Amino acid sequence: MISTGQAKRIAVGYGFWIFLLSDIVMFACFFASYAVLVHATAGGPSGPQLFDLDRVGFETACLLLSSFSCGLAFVASSKRRAAPFYLTMAVTLALGAIFLALECGEFLSMTERNAGPTRSAFLSAFFALVGCHGLHVTIGLLWLMTMMAQVRAKGFRDDILRRLLCFNLFWHALDIIWVALFTVVYLIGVTA
Amino acid sequence: MTESFPPPDTGQVAPGDASNTDREPGVSSYVVGLVLASGLTLVSFAIARGSLFWQPSVPTALIVLAIAQMGVHLVFFLHLTSGPDSTNNVLALAFGVLIVFLIIAGSLWIMANLDHNMLPMERLMQMQR
Repeated sequence: MISTGQAKRIAVGYGFWIFLLSDIVMFACFFASYAVLVHATAGGPSGPQLFDLDRVGFETACLLLSSFSCGLAFVASSKRRAAPFYLTMAVTLALGAIFLALECGEFLSMTERNAGPTRSAFLSAFFALVGCHGLHVTIGLLWLMTMMAQVRAKGFRDDILRRLLCFNLFWHALDIIWVALFTVVYLIGVTA
Repeated sequence: MTESFPPPDTGQVAPGDASNTDREPGVSSYVVGLVLASGLTLVSFAIARGSLFWQPSVPTALIVLAIAQMGVHLVFFLHLTSGPDSTNNVLALAFGVLIVFLIIAGSLWIMANLDHNMLPMERLMQMQR
């Protein structure tokens, strides 16, 4: 037999899963518009001239490792161990912040080279897609800090653990979207 | 949600009542996931940067690797399994994948078709004069 607490946890996870799928459908629309507009450069710079694979590799490593440490934080929280939880959450926060800084740097260097979102349809689609993911990471970081504060203020209560489950799902989903993003936008963009 | 929860082996599960197998994911699953995902990422970047490979095959290889990596993330990070716990999540995911496929493939198909049927830009400009 299974307790009501566990049942509630599974139901909450399922509900958040549905939200994540709707978020992924929204990203699919951005991916579709990017794929349609990728060659519409209007005489401006194209992907291979703009993309820096070293930077993208760094971003990918940061996000993958942050996903891993987020998982460790989740394991620590389900065992109600505070010290490893705060440590792994802080690592997740730092790696997410490095990712965002790298992405902001990329956007800035592109706008400085007259390759901002207003330059061509390709760049509008690029900034919309990558910027939307960056916005999600920003919201994720705010949520992460909120969760650390909530654990500090309220402890590992059942409702807090359910919120941590949702945050964990959210952060891993962002990493999945990034896998699609670095493949479709950067790697295929550079080779094609 | 139902009032009473059936034992896990009935096979009749709705979201909210399921077995408590794998309820506490261990560190090992995340380690395996990290190793597999970094391996796939490294291969992707190596293929994209290197000139070792037959160029026309590269985009397909990259897409296959990306789908494999998403699978690794789903199984080892999101703990989506074939067990009774995940049945509803897997069904919802299948529906989501269908919608994503329809949006992307449909957009590409329709827009390519419109592009094909449109007059070349120079001719359009001449007609407007």
